[in-house]
Amino acid sequence: MPKAKIYITLKPALLDAQGRVVQNALQQLGFENVRSVRVGKYLEVELHPDGDPREQIEAMCQKLLANPVIEQYRYEVEP
Amino acid sequence: MKAGVIVFPGSNCDRDAYYALHDVLGYDTEYLWHADARDLRPYGLIIVPGGFSYGDYLRPGAIARFAPIMDSLREYAERGGLVLGVCNGFQILCEAGLLPGALTRNLSLKFRCKPVHIRVENAETPFTCRYRQGEVLQAPIAHGDGRYVCDDTTLQRLRDNGQIIFRYCSPTGELDEAWNPNGSIDHIAGVANERFNVLGMMPHPERACELLLGSEDGKRLLAVG
Repeated sequence: MPKAKIYITLKPALLDAQGRVVQNALQQLGFENVRSVRVGKYLEVELHPDGDPREQIEAMCQKLLANPVIEQYRYEVEP
Repeated sequence: MKAGVIVFPGSNCDRDAYYALHDVLGYDTEYLWHADARDLRPYGLIIVPGGFSYGDYLRPGAIARFAPIMDSLREYAERGGLVLGVCNGFQILCEAGLLPGALTRNLSLKFRCKPVHIRVENAETPFTCRYRQGEVLQAPIAHGDGRYVCDDTTLQRLRDNGQIIFRYCSPTGELDEAWNPNGSIDHIAGVANERFNVLGMMPHPERACELLLGSEDGKRLLAVG
């Protein structure tokens, strides 16, 4: 059963308000070595073994899962 | 005039919009269920209301944009019909590509619920032609994801074309980050498409239609009939 792990984050050029708050919290907790934090989404999608899973996942990201105006995505597909 | 208010699962400003259109402005107003594609030609104005369509799952507006009524709305807008998206409605119109840009988490990460002031930046649209250029309006906001963003090319195009319709401002009309409730780029509170028949805005004009509720500045915006 093919399974995809999809990671979606705001584009680097965009300020990630959540990431900034998490970064500040980590630094206040003494993790002074933290340089930056970006918060994103993680999805697991299981597919029926039918057709090219990468092609299907790419289409899903384009159409619904990510908003290309503000987000970037990458994915891994396990056979 | 006939007016329509689209209702999604999770819309919660649909009744406010209906009240403003029907009771305050006296329009023949109908709710339009999201699952029913239909011919919208008889309508003079369609409001995509605020709320939390589909629980804001994935991203605000991400699921709602695929509802059957949205195909009807797209056709309606392409024919020049007037569409107003408020709050979640603005988010949905951006997700659907009917408006440029996107709305992201407020810079403060707080849900902001309060009256704000906005300045009319273009008084030559079907929605704003009953205001003076530069007029300051008061209307409430209630959102967690209202920070308007777009790339530099789009922003320049919006400025050049006069598509920035409202900016957040002080009560006397000055622009300053102190009056920007969500960190929107260039203080943007509302944008229109290139034909100016589709307008999206985070503040709620439908909740600013009676002095009893603090402001009637939104009434003229809805008075398109």
